Amino acid sequence: MTAPLTPLDRPNSYIGRSVPRPNAKRLLAGRGRYVTDIRLPRMLHAAFLRSPHAHARIISIDADAARALAGVHLIATGADLARICTPWTGTLDHFKGMTSEPQLPLPLDRVVWAGQAVVAVVADSRALAEDALELISVDYEELPAVVDLDEARQPGTPRANPASQSNICFRTQLDSGGVDEVFVAAAHVIEQQFSFGRHTPVTLEPRAIVADYEPDSGMLTVHHATQTPYQFQDLYSRHYNIPEARVRVIAPDIGGSFGMKLHVYHEDMAVVGLSMMLGRPVKYVADRIESFVSDIHARDHRVQARMAIDADGKILAMDVHDATAIGAFSTYPRTSVVEGNQVIRLIGAPYDFTSYRAALEVVFQNKVQTSQYRAVGHPIACAVTERMVDIAASRAGFDPLAMRDRNVIADDAYPLVSPTGYKFEALSHQACLRRLREIMDYDALRGEQAELRRRGVHRGIGIATFVEITNPSPAFYGVGGARISSQDGATISLTPTGEVRCAISVTEQGQGTEAIIGQIVADQLGLAQEHVKVITGDTEVTPHGGATWACRGAGIGGETALQAARRLKANILAIAALVLQEQAAALDIVDGQVVSAASRQPRLDVAEIARIAYFRSDTLPPGTQAQLTVSHHFAPQGYPFAFTNGIQGCSLEVDVDTGFVKLLKHYVVEDCGRIINPMLVDEQLRGGVVQGLGAALFEECRYGETGQLLNGSLADYLVPMAMEMPDIVIDHVETPTADTILGAKGCGEAGTAAASACVLNAVNDALTPFGASINTIPITPARILKALNRY
Amino acid sequence: MKARAFSYFRASTVEEALDAHAQGGDDARYIAGGQSLVPALALRLQAPRRLVDINHIDELRGVRREGEWLRIGALTRHCEMLTEPLIAEFAPLLRAAAPFVAHPAIRNRGTLGGSVALADPASEFPAVVLALEAEIEVAGPAGRRRVRAEDFFVDLFETALAPGELLVAVHVPLFNPGQRIAFDELARRRGDYALVGCGISATCADDLITDIRIAFFSVGNVPTRARRAESEIAGSRLSPDVIAAAQAALGEDLAPDDGDDVPAAMRLHLARVLLGRLLGQIGGAT
Ligand SMILES: Cc1cc2nc3c(=O)[nH]c(=O)nc-3n(C[C@H](O)[C@H](O)[C@H](O)COP(=O)(O)OP(=O)(O)OC[C@H]3O[C@@H](n4cnc5c(N)ncnc54)[C@H](O)[C@@H]3O)c2cc1C
Repeated sequence: MTAPLTPLDRPNSYIGRSVPRPNAKRLLAGRGRYVTDIRLPRMLHAAFLRSPHAHARIISIDADAARALAGVHLIATGADLARICTPWTGTLDHFKGMTSEPQLPLPLDRVVWAGQAVVAVVADSRALAEDALELISVDYEELPAVVDLDEARQPGTPRANPASQSNICFRTQLDSGGVDEVFVAAAHVIEQQFSFGRHTPVTLEPRAIVADYEPDSGMLTVHHATQTPYQFQDLYSRHYNIPEARVRVIAPDIGGSFGMKLHVYHEDMAVVGLSMMLGRPVKYVADRIESFVSDIHARDHRVQARMAIDADGKILAMDVHDATAIGAFSTYPRTSVVEGNQVIRLIGAPYDFTSYRAALEVVFQNKVQTSQYRAVGHPIACAVTERMVDIAASRAGFDPLAMRDRNVIADDAYPLVSPTGYKFEALSHQACLRRLREIMDYDALRGEQAELRRRGVHRGIGIATFVEITNPSPAFYGVGGARISSQDGATISLTPTGEVRCAISVTEQGQGTEAIIGQIVADQLGLAQEHVKVITGDTEVTPHGGATWACRGAGIGGETALQAARRLKANILAIAALVLQEQAAALDIVDGQVVSAASRQPRLDVAEIARIAYFRSDTLPPGTQAQLTVSHHFAPQGYPFAFTNGIQGCSLEVDVDTGFVKLLKHYVVEDCGRIINPMLVDEQLRGGVVQGLGAALFEECRYGETGQLLNGSLADYLVPMAMEMPDIVIDHVETPTADTILGAKGCGEAGTAAASACVLNAVNDALTPFGASINTIPITPARILKALNRY
Repeated sequence: MKARAFSYFRASTVEEALDAHAQGGDDARYIAGGQSLVPALALRLQAPRRLVDINHIDELRGVRREGEWLRIGALTRHCEMLTEPLIAEFAPLLRAAAPFVAHPAIRNRGTLGGSVALADPASEFPAVVLALEAEIEVAGPAGRRRVRAEDFFVDLFETALAPGELLVAVHVPLFNPGQRIAFDELARRRGDYALVGCGISATCADDLITDIRIAFFSVGNVPTRARRAESEIAGSRLSPDVIAAAQAALGEDLAPDDGDDVPAAMRLHLARVLLGRLLGQIGGAT
């Protein structure tokens, strides 16, 4: 038996096909080349002495004994590095009124969080550098530390930065108007408070950097485990005053990033300066303990929310206040207010109502900085919205899925503008809801839940609808003055043997960027994918571009590759037409051969065209200049963002005696537009869901009263592990964006966006018979038992 | 972080190890599986000048019957608790606990002697050793001695081992068919140190419990016998009332500290829940 042929059965039709990642085997075989693996001649190693205090004045630093240790080459303080590095400030113009103190690689006279790097040591080995750290003594005068978010917001509390007026970094509001009137007239008003703990990304590979400054040529090469090499080329150039063309940033294999590896870190900036001071390569790799106190953290929000519904369960209005604490500085160059900004703009986004009011307050405290981490703001917005919808459903007497069915924006209502100003091109909430009901076998699951409840087994079912922001235009950062590109560039060449190499500005951190770019290029050119080589992550090799963040690799990078490949194909066919004395329009390329477009009859190998063009140009008509290399840029136009949507469901069991939660199954229906590689999309969703489940149940940076991180190790900070993870069932609805030829939107953050909201709803669903309620994430056994009054 | 520099000596006999340790003075450490020591070195929580490797001392290896006792060499790896037939037959509580200790890679190297010598109050094996009323064989410059488990665990990471003394073997009274065991723990993730855990060894005559030993871990500075709870049970059948009385008695047996994420009252509550479930197993095993 054979299935009917589909477009995928056409030769070289890679778009929509589950092709394995070309780099997967190499990485699995241990042949990855991460920054940690790089050993340059004459390379030295840096280590940092860190502040034991959350807030203190530096009185004096005594490093004489350390300096005298054999094998120690340099000891640098804040003042030393300030001589060659200009300060940076993590504000952007479009966040009106936001403030943040200037930052330097190492502090001059004050530390503002426990774990902040204070002194750098460069030595022959890392172990030796750490020996030297033990010989340095720093005299501190402790200052009052601002630790808790609520405390930071109180007037009259000490300030995280004493020179500033208050602990406020940024405030903003949204108001559609008439909100109070709607609440007064509503049949039901629900009011809830939510609390979200701090998380940190915990990439498998920690931050790592090798800076190599060559004094004679004035050339700086930085091997950097980063998502955004071009952004760092610009930053190193400007802050160390080196002409941009003499700064090369190379991002080799990278073991995960999740947004964590695109921010400026003090140690990384310092290492560049250390290499310049010494004229030698300097390596720094954060160890896990350092990662916990110096990688960005995320979340840490308190949300107050009100929702008005009518007697028929129709959502009428929402009114929310989000307060979030971001550490002592706003992170550079993307700021630390984007998460809060997205929280207040995404709340309520899947639903059809127009009255909305929101306020955001972003405050400083003496902790490590927060900033963008996978699904920025989405999990908070989603958890608040979806928990409110569940409570509203029970108040109005509706099943949660039916409640969503009544209230999501209809699939035929697009395009439309949300009450928070987001422009939606086309979403598919209703179609996703229908699919979820089927794949969950929702009614049967509810039946089983009721049956088990009678036997004292407490299962919960959670649903969460979401909207995700992808393919950002310059509206995201560019308009605020950040030199962060929203366009991408590719240089694509036919090689003399008829293969293709594509150097593109999007980057790879394990998610398969290179795989999908290869698929798109091979598909568009008509080549087998093994003949396409994709090169990423080197500012000296690829054109400038935004790289990989915020779900843009497939949507923007993919479209760049598609358009570049089409231009190269046209150029190849132009030469083929000359050789074959045929109209270019009458020709096509299939499997590396020029064919006649109508009959698909092979006419000439693409390799033959390459041979002629490169080695026998004398046989082409006079005046012909074959252009077998094409450089092409693409910047998104049309909608400022490509919004995607989806819905998640989960089933879990709560042990009401221990407060332990067992995840039984998780379901996702997602619409990311055109799917380029179904396997990679599914695994992005699964990985994202697992990160969201970690957030829901396990992950929390816990601090003591004096601002010390209490659980800064992998023994104490619990990340999700395979044993606790459920099977994750995935299905898709495909609504391509019409803004690009490719039609792809992002999918990397969708899993994380709604997974914790799902679990929150499911736990509360399980606790219904006890009248207990939880609005805090992570949902720990302690919190469940407390809600149940068990101790 | 990287460990501070140290010298390394590989001993092939107990005497060599004791000598090498003595030469290192306060600054020497034995290394067995290294699964606790090496992380401590890497974090510079400990920085001994000398490591004495005991992995090649034959005398510390092997499991064998010695009369009414099972002698388990200090170097017996956690994974051997799962595979060694003598342990399955004569010390099934150790076997029952082993799957809860860390992950396979760690169990392949970690040793019983290391676990007991370290005496981490959150570790499974020290509590099991206590529940089994085992004896710990120790070699020191002054010779050999056997210490009863209840005298061995002194305080947080503190044991009856004098500086430089080497744990040679753990001696466990043979399991007999009249006994019943139960073991379980409550850990957030499989393989983690538990919020609370418990091992029980009971002697029964029909469904009368004639003798019971209940040892908790992760409830204080040392693995802890729940003697009041035991006395509520000994001589009785495991009726719901008896179980409830034993659970209530834990309030006197255990005095956990407030942790930053696990309040003391919650830990006590969890210990009661766990005890109830384990006694249910013991009672239901007829
Ligand atoms: C990720 C991870 C998770 C873990 N989870 C658990 C868990 O859930 N439960 C658990 O119980 N353990 C756990 N462990 C610890 C593990 O079980 C260790 O193996 C054990 O605690 C120590 O045994 P070792 O042989 O590795 O000892 P080592 O690390 O070699 O030594 C530990 C200490 O004991 C001393 N010592 C060792 N042997 C002797 C001896 N014969 N005589 C005198 N002193 C000696 C050493 O000098 C050292 O001070 C975990 C470890 C890791 C890395």
